[in-house]
Amino acid sequence: MSHRLAYYPGCTLKTNAINYEISAIASSKALGIELVELPRWNCCGTVHALARDDVMHYIAPVRNLIRVEQMRGSGLVDEGRLVTLCEMCYNTLRRADMGVKEDQERRRKLRDIMEEEPPYRGEVEVVHLLQLVKELGWGKVRERVERPLRGLRVAPYYGCLLLRPRGLAIDDYNNPTIMERLVESLGAEVVEIPFKAKCCGSYQTVHMSQVAAMLSHRILRQAMEGGADMITLACPLCEYNLGERQERIRGLFPDLKYLPVLYFTQLMALAFGLEGSAGLEFNNPDPRPLLRSKGLLGESRK
Amino acid sequence: MSGGEMVTVYIMGKRYRVPANLTIMKAMEYAGYQLRRGAGCRGGFCGACSTIYRMRGSFRLQVALACQKMVEDGMIITQLPFIPSEKKRYNLEKLKPGASVFLEYYPEIARCLSCNTCTKACPQDLMVMDYVQAALRGDIKTAAELSFDCISCGLCAVRCPAEIVPYHIGQLARRLYSRYIVGPSEQVQRRAMEVEMGRFDEEIQRLKSLDTDTLRELYSRRG
Repeated sequence: MSHRLAYYPGCTLKTNAINYEISAIASSKALGIELVELPRWNCCGTVHALARDDVMHYIAPVRNLIRVEQMRGSGLVDEGRLVTLCEMCYNTLRRADMGVKEDQERRRKLRDIMEEEPPYRGEVEVVHLLQLVKELGWGKVRERVERPLRGLRVAPYYGCLLLRPRGLAIDDYNNPTIMERLVESLGAEVVEIPFKAKCCGSYQTVHMSQVAAMLSHRILRQAMEGGADMITLACPLCEYNLGERQERIRGLFPDLKYLPVLYFTQLMALAFGLEGSAGLEFNNPDPRPLLRSKGLLGESRK
Repeated sequence: MSGGEMVTVYIMGKRYRVPANLTIMKAMEYAGYQLRRGAGCRGGFCGACSTIYRMRGSFRLQVALACQKMVEDGMIITQLPFIPSEKKRYNLEKLKPGASVFLEYYPEIARCLSCNTCTKACPQDLMVMDYVQAALRGDIKTAAELSFDCISCGLCAVRCPAEIVPYHIGQLARRLYSRYIVGPSEQVQRRAMEVEMGRFDEEIQRLKSLDTDTLRELYSRRG
């Protein structure tokens, strides 16, 4: 009997990061967690408002939290936690939740503006899937592994949004290790990179792509010099900057080698024997040649 | 109407006493207005008679279709006979169904704050914000279904703080849905072929020859 949890996808998981979603749903299921998508949801809010009096930007995230409470009320899920995958969504929803819980005045104002909704009772806890996996225990993850990722050297990269501000960090905000433990549990080898929590360039990629390329390059370079075969991460925007943009970065730094970038859920799907739900065909650079050469795909199965 | 209850309404700021059993549209005509724009089907389907009003003593700005809403005592009314908006031209055959189509033609949808003002402004009680959000993430089916009963009255568009024109989004979603997701309908194709093969020619010719009164009679007795 699987445990049902509310799942907030966010727009990117439905468009550019489909591979993240399908691999997350499949590998969670393998671990006994059923991710139940919110029947109604809207934008997470994208970027948390830093101005203290900016109530307007709380509306979108708080409305989603209300949807979770409604969902729980109609018995669709087994508890009040909301699972996120996209780091941006995690950060925005979590900060909004913290922001209304710590400030009654803000909460009252929101209730006034959102009078068409039932008031947010503050009974939701926003979590990231990585936290749930850790909570289940690395032993349970190891038990579920059907095809250990032997011989694969993986560099975990966190980016900023799961760790900062520190009040919402899913792990030690200076030296997170949650993905390292996961990679080990899946049978792969960890390559530590010093810049694992440094900025990838984020949305500067839109209007200052050169800046994002420089920042992403440092991360890719460290992984390459550490001997990594690939990077694993949890954020679609980081994936875009490090993966999708890699060809462009190679234009600036021609000696940078081909380095696939996979969501941690794709590694789980592979190791759990769920290759068909790993969504590898959506990744750029294509990780399949590497995985094939390591004997980790299809017919080459050991 | 004689002897009926009368109410006081304010049409564009001017006070009138009108019978309480009238719609806003009929009350305006009772008060002497001749509606050249802002009146269409008079049946709640065409979306031409968008109206905004406030009740005396309340801060709320309310919306209605003038042909559907009955007058109430203390209503301060104005009609919005036309809503300016730019309808983009596109070739449906050349579009790729997905979130990027909406962002390409109507990039302002990315400014949506999910404030839900559009939903509150919809006289059809549609979940307007939800369909704009569905479009934003490429969920064309949901966007099409949630906007299906839209009559393009435009009230959502004038209330949106992000200046989005939701009804254009809904229309694009429904077009993409029918062209790329559900595909052609067998019944419609069959009927179109019957029309082309002349199955109804005789009946149409007969109807064309009838006078207005007979047509009226036939219409009221239709099955």
